[in-house]
Amino acid sequence: MELPTLWFGLIAFFWTTYFVLEGFDFGVGVLARLLGRDEKERGTLLSTIGPFWDGNEVWLVVAGGAMFAAFPGWYASLTSTYYLPLVLILVALIVRGVALEFRGKRDDARWRRRCDLAVAVGSAIPPLAWGIALSGAARGLPLDDRGEYAGGFGELLHPYALLGGIALLALCLLHGAVFLRLRTTGELRARAGRMVRLLGAPTAVLGAGFLVWTGVQDRSAGLIGLVAAAGLAVGLLVRRDGWAFVGSTLAVGLTVVAIFVSAFPALIPSTLDRAYDLTVTGAASPAYGLRILTWAAACFVPLVLAYQGWSYWVFRKRVVG
Amino acid sequence: MDVVDLARWQFGITTIYHFLFVPLSIGLSAIVAGLQTAWLVTKAERYLALTKFFGKVLIINFAVGIVTGLVQEFQFGMNWSAYSRFVGDVFGVPLAIEGLLAFFLESTFLGLWIFGWDRLPKWLHLVCIWLVAIGTQISAYVILTVNAWMQHPVGYRINPGNGRVELTDFGAMLTNPTAIEAGLHTAAACFLTGGALVAGVAFWQLARPGTPDVARIAFRTAAKVGSAVVLVAALGVVISGDSMMKLMTRLQPMKVAAAEGLFNTEQPAGFSLLTIGTADGRSELWSIKLPELLSFLATGKFTGKVEGINQLQQQYVATFGPGDYIPNVPVAYWSFRLMIGAGMLAAFLALVGLLLLRRPALLRHRWVPWIALAVPFLPLLANSAGWLFTEGGRQPWIAYGLFKTVDGVSPGTSALDVAISLGVFTLLYGGLAVLEFGLLRRAVRVLPSVGGSGAAGGGGDGDGRGEGGPPDGGAAGRDPVDGDDLERPLTFTY
Repeated sequence: MELPTLWFGLIAFFWTTYFVLEGFDFGVGVLARLLGRDEKERGTLLSTIGPFWDGNEVWLVVAGGAMFAAFPGWYASLTSTYYLPLVLILVALIVRGVALEFRGKRDDARWRRRCDLAVAVGSAIPPLAWGIALSGAARGLPLDDRGEYAGGFGELLHPYALLGGIALLALCLLHGAVFLRLRTTGELRARAGRMVRLLGAPTAVLGAGFLVWTGVQDRSAGLIGLVAAAGLAVGLLVRRDGWAFVGSTLAVGLTVVAIFVSAFPALIPSTLDRAYDLTVTGAASPAYGLRILTWAAACFVPLVLAYQGWSYWVFRKRVVG
Repeated sequence: MDVVDLARWQFGITTIYHFLFVPLSIGLSAIVAGLQTAWLVTKAERYLALTKFFGKVLIINFAVGIVTGLVQEFQFGMNWSAYSRFVGDVFGVPLAIEGLLAFFLESTFLGLWIFGWDRLPKWLHLVCIWLVAIGTQISAYVILTVNAWMQHPVGYRINPGNGRVELTDFGAMLTNPTAIEAGLHTAAACFLTGGALVAGVAFWQLARPGTPDVARIAFRTAAKVGSAVVLVAALGVVISGDSMMKLMTRLQPMKVAAAEGLFNTEQPAGFSLLTIGTADGRSELWSIKLPELLSFLATGKFTGKVEGINQLQQQYVATFGPGDYIPNVPVAYWSFRLMIGAGMLAAFLALVGLLLLRRPALLRHRWVPWIALAVPFLPLLANSAGWLFTEGGRQPWIAYGLFKTVDGVSPGTSALDVAISLGVFTLLYGGLAVLEFGLLRRAVRVLPSVGGSGAAGGGGDGDGRGEGGPPDGGAAGRDPVDGDDLERPLTFTY
């Protein structure tokens, strides 16, 4: 395989892993506030992601770094086009991360209530805004010959992109609910189960709608979407917590894969002139840098997966309230 | 202000803010790892108490360092997309490797360390904090190779087709002399920062009347450890700073001339104690100088020639074409002095502190707690001034000799966009600083009790219960004053 194609695949993999992992902790962040009736219950719910969320977020850093390295034009166009949404995402990630870490550092009910609210809002914004940005960019943007965005702010909110954002948020919420059912006991687990059923219908409609729209644009993305939809069905219907989590993982992960595949071999198609498309071959960095990146990824990605997997194993027990 | 100014202000504010927390995390993680090692080796409980005490400070600080780092990564593309396209190949490769190699290590094992006290064997738990410390060091060096490339580009070629930079020799980039010098200088500064926090807090605890006697024993140890780290690190800072200065004289003479307010070439050149320049910062009105010292610092010889700003400007015009190649001289001059002054004052105070430990009566002087509390801030000031100097002194270049800062901004981004994000991040960061400072103040008040010895001696810090702990769930009521003990997680984050 050509190195640029390999790196396109790896970057899609980094983003997918990011949403699969941080997806459930976004979901938990929002749901903790809805499902926890008091500060203590919310603390228990949030503690299911305590040891993980920070490591999960690094997948975003690596996805961004890999885009910067392998396709500088992609990174530059995406981040400068979605300027204000990115400001919003970064603010949300900062507020949420700090609130998660600082929540327990003061024994004060009002402090914790504020932190809970910050975690909830800060967890809802990133999947929504990333969904809008990634699906909007994959669908196409008015890029000029330099790869610069030549449109207005309103064009960033195309209905397809908006649906992508809302669908990704809904999927993350469902993923979080399924994760909470897997990681809690007793009354909290029962409430998480009810939340899975409550989220079921809207998520199915939004997720399937988005995948169908994606599939109409690109057939191979549509096939991936079919598997994602099957995963969604498993996540919703299966009673076994573990299998349901596998299902919601597939649904979130493959939806992200479908977004990336739908644009391939373009990275961001230009709606002004297809000659201005940012493409995998056209935007790729030279071979020398990509070779070094490939070696680094070959050494470290398996290692990272191994030790992150181990950390999930260490904290595998259900959390008791 | 235009887009360039706004984008530069944003980069300056977000980067300096980020770097308030980073060196503390780097220095403190190694010190905490050392304390925990000392506990496992000696079994002395004061080391465990100190591990948890400074571990809590580390966690609070780490959180802010990590989240503000996200802005660092994405604002290159947001505000500096032209520059990002130009250097992506050289710039992105180390950034991606930093994430894969260092950030994952830090955050995964920090999570394991925080929540793993009762889940992991003691030795494995210790390995976790060491891996965090190692991760921070790797990350620091990798990102410094990127900065060093901007100061002194190596291992690249310019693609004649698209005019972009291409990496040709990654080894050369990793062993860039500027990266090695800056790496040593920064690592030493990080330890100075971590040591100053440990020493400052410990002396404050020793000097104030409220500290219980059991805790005093632990804080005496911490005071010694912290001061020793500061003194050794200060030596490292001076040695590496000296060789950095000589390297800079060869590679970036304009920065040295600006640091000294040296407007015309001198041989030998004196070190400026105080130079007053004209309002535009372009010529000297009056100065006091120590003769020949600058020649020695810059070239290693008392008779060496040091080039001045005006002569260098002429050379650069000849090399790069017409333009203004002079950085902001007053900023470079004063930040350089602030860096040295604040760093050395911290080292001096650490030395005084060590001497005071032998005179407990003097330690009770009413000024001591206040001075002790100021100590942790001195390296923060020095670090910020150092970056202001080295980045400001590189101007007008974003990549020295290759690419100017004004050409780097995103062409499609409006001044309004940048102004909004500048305002948002400045406000957010200001708020965060207040919160973090408040939490740190609470965290440094009470030494956690260990093994029921009652060293805590005061409450106000009872955290709620999080994940883990024995399944009986009764632990919450066992020790209402202070949540930490040997068998439960370090801090109850949730």
